Amino acid sequence: MASVSRGLAAPSWSLRLPPAVRWVYDYLLYPIGQMLVFIIGAAVVLTLLAYLLAALVPEPRPNIILADQISRQLPGMIISGISIGFVYAMIALGYTLVYGVLKFINFAHSEIFMVGSVVGFEIMRRIADSGTLQQWNPVVLIVTVVLVSMLVSGLLAVLIERIAYRPLRGAPRLVPLISAIGISFFLIDFVRATEAITRNDFNLRYPTDQLPWLTQSVALQFGTTTVNVKPTSFIVVGGAVLTLLALNYFVNGTKLGRGIRAVAQDQTTAALMGINVNFMISLTFFVGGAFGGAAGSLFGMNVGTVTPYVGFIPGIKAFTAAVLGGIGNITGALLGGLTLGLVEAFLNGVLVYFPALGQRYTDIFAFSVLILILIFRPSGLLGERVDEKV
Amino acid sequence: MATLLELKNLHTYYGQIHALKGIDLTVNEGEIVTLVGANGAGKSTTLRTISGIVRARSGQVLFNGQDVTQMQPHDIARMGIGHVPEGRRIFPQLTVHENLEIGAWNVKSKKDIEERIEHVFQLFPRLKERITQLGGTLSGGEQQMLAIGRALMAMPRVLLLDEPSMGLAPVLVEGIFEIIQRINEQGTTILLVEQNALMALEVAQRGYVLQTGKVVLHAPARDLLADEAVRKAYLGAH
Ligand SMILES: Nc1ncnc2c1ncn2[C@@H]1O[C@H](COP(=O)(O)OP(=O)(O)OP(=O)(O)O)[C@@H](O)[C@H]1O
Ligand SMILES: [Mg+2]
Repeated sequence: MASVSRGLAAPSWSLRLPPAVRWVYDYLLYPIGQMLVFIIGAAVVLTLLAYLLAALVPEPRPNIILADQISRQLPGMIISGISIGFVYAMIALGYTLVYGVLKFINFAHSEIFMVGSVVGFEIMRRIADSGTLQQWNPVVLIVTVVLVSMLVSGLLAVLIERIAYRPLRGAPRLVPLISAIGISFFLIDFVRATEAITRNDFNLRYPTDQLPWLTQSVALQFGTTTVNVKPTSFIVVGGAVLTLLALNYFVNGTKLGRGIRAVAQDQTTAALMGINVNFMISLTFFVGGAFGGAAGSLFGMNVGTVTPYVGFIPGIKAFTAAVLGGIGNITGALLGGLTLGLVEAFLNGVLVYFPALGQRYTDIFAFSVLILILIFRPSGLLGERVDEKV
Repeated sequence: MATLLELKNLHTYYGQIHALKGIDLTVNEGEIVTLVGANGAGKSTTLRTISGIVRARSGQVLFNGQDVTQMQPHDIARMGIGHVPEGRRIFPQLTVHENLEIGAWNVKSKKDIEERIEHVFQLFPRLKERITQLGGTLSGGEQQMLAIGRALMAMPRVLLLDEPSMGLAPVLVEGIFEIIQRINEQGTTILLVEQNALMALEVAQRGYVLQTGKVVLHAPARDLLADEAVRKAYLGAH
């Protein structure tokens, strides 16, 4: 269990291990193990629930045996749940990092994500327009796109904090919240206007159709069923795992990360220790924003078309994921994101077989989750109390 | 003796509350100076104003001759003013080792940091046994040791101590005062705020008595110890 102030930290007993072993344990084995546990745990629970539903309603429509459909779709549901879950987790981290340090929900974060997806589009589009897209090495191309969107979104988040939140520090909590909503609308309109002026269109299509390695599905065999997986799913999962490992190392293994944790726990005392608190807050916004940007460009490559309005739904779902896991808690963002992604994938897979329901109700379920958590367990799954005892 | 820290006609407010009403105070290099006074007299506020975590409305704080009144707290800390705040304020979710590392925030060399940690462990061997424990799980006495050790990590020229004996058992209180004297002998100037005025005046060279935001008396510590009014008001004598 780990709030921002603890990071995604391995238990402190690992301090007793020899340094090299400890490094591998703290920064590779432990976080990877944690991700696997969350994925397997959520997948197992949901699979059981799905079969339970099939036992209760064996034939939701004539000649449709729900249990058979579930068995056939299970690998596909899990794979798509994991890939969307990692996107949610990455966005959720932005909410959680900022909340952990400032106890403030950055509602403009969904638009920071959106800007990341638009920047990803701009880079790929420009490369495609110059006619060299096919010549790029796939790994270099993806890393470039993701890194640039991280940089832009990270700097944007820093700028927003500087302009719209910092001057309001000490004001009642509602005031910066309203400022955040204003910034959201501003960013949406700004991107829309810019794209409309420069491209005459704000439906922005990633030129992924020029890249067969990005669009041609890979057939995976699970027993008797074949699942076609988009390569972008692998990229999303790989990118998310790498950035999450990097974040874990940054927060727990570096001096700056330690400084962020200290500021999250006690700003005044951190300042007494010589820490520049404002710098640490900017850094937190940068890291959170960069995660939003990475998620945005990975999301864009995955879905193919983005708009200035693309941030809202993933943003609010990621916020749900952050609250589900316990806002302010890095591990919670990961757990909440993966859980929500898998829940959604299972609902998508199962709801279609129910007359009068169908996939369009998936979002309603997701938001019901948010409301139920806020009512019954506001501290989230990894619920430690948010207000730290002094 | 060179003046290290000097407060000139310092006024501090919390909103409408006029907490410091013109404090004048000097601390010379190498001294232990103590600030005594009833609850709410403004002792902590004086230390906080020196550190820059509350802003003076007027007046000056001079450190080593330089005006630090308008500087940011982290810059003031970097100049060599250490502050052990009231209530210890250990980072509860950082380990003992991490708390000490944070204390040395502006020290670049890892080797220096480890040496200083060893030095802190010499002063407080108890902390060494608890190196991997989270700060929030330490006992009150251990937290006080950690708070002092953490401030020493920066090797400040002057250490501001806000009620280091608060909430400690009498044996531990004696230990803390011994440590304060040792730190001072090793070359750190000390400005000590204490409820336990008797003990504070015994280790200090000079004392200031604060009353509702004003210095009402200042004198060599032994004169204050002998002063009938001071004894009545602050030393629990009858
Ligand atoms: N954050 C604050 N907001 C408003 N008033 C404050 C604040 N902090 C202190 N005060 C007021 O300023 C005055 C001086 O407080 P200060 O904490 O400096 O007293 P003190 O001498 O340290 O007392 P104690 O011995 O109880 O620690 C008190 O009247 C107190 O109520
Ligand atoms: Mg006080």
